Amino acid sequence: MNNRSAQPIERVSIIVSHGSLEGVYPGLIMANGARMEGIEASLFFTFFGLDAIIRKRMHNLKVATVGNPAMHMPTVLGAIPGMSSFATSMMKKEMEKLDIPPVGEFLTMIHDAGGEIYACKASVDMFHLKAGDFCPEVDAVISVGQFYEKAAGGQIIFT
Amino acid sequence: METVILAGKTLALDADGNLANRHDWNEEIAREIAAIEGIPELTAQHWSVINFMRAVFEKEGDAPSIRRLTKESGVDTKTLYQLFPKGPAKKAARIAGLPKPKGCI
Repeated sequence: MNNRSAQPIERVSIIVSHGSLEGVYPGLIMANGARMEGIEASLFFTFFGLDAIIRKRMHNLKVATVGNPAMHMPTVLGAIPGMSSFATSMMKKEMEKLDIPPVGEFLTMIHDAGGEIYACKASVDMFHLKAGDFCPEVDAVISVGQFYEKAAGGQIIFT
Repeated sequence: METVILAGKTLALDADGNLANRHDWNEEIAREIAAIEGIPELTAQHWSVINFMRAVFEKEGDAPSIRRLTKESGVDTKTLYQLFPKGPAKKAARIAGLPKPKGCI
């Protein structure tokens, strides 16, 4: 539809603060989708969201089967060992059908598309992480202040 | 319905400004759309993306995702964004005479 009179979005800065599979993907999909539309995009990973860019963890993100009412699963069932892995593999299969790549490939795609990827300094310090812990797509570890500078003039989306 | 004059023909456009009928399309029209979109010359790499998109659309009824373009057209993501600045899937589909891709990826 061509009824848009508002100013088009030119830049988005997306904050990813959760480390579950369902906590990470919306941010990745939105960042990639922004680049596809020619919108500048940056991703800022903070708190447990950092798991998505830590080399040793990024390939093993899991769906939360406990404390997640939208799973429609009783808590005691969700807590059974292996349930989270099972739900994760089901969801990954569905995503693959939609051509949604695994986290590592997705980050490479976004980065190659010109999307910027940052880690939050406060979280990096809190979890005692080092630059070498991150995947090569991470452009820098930046402070909140630097994040706001980079986000200037655009939209900020918290996920 | 909006129309546009390309390569001497008056052609119908869809709501997104892409060609309404992909059978109106030919290579000369592609070059003219590309010029309007700020791509002065279509190189062999542009053509391999355009032809791949048309082939996929012909078979499946939707243009391929960026991921599929990257994996199957032989042109990597970085190059795609250089060839079609400001949104490769959208722009390449328009130049290929196809509707805007429906997918999110």
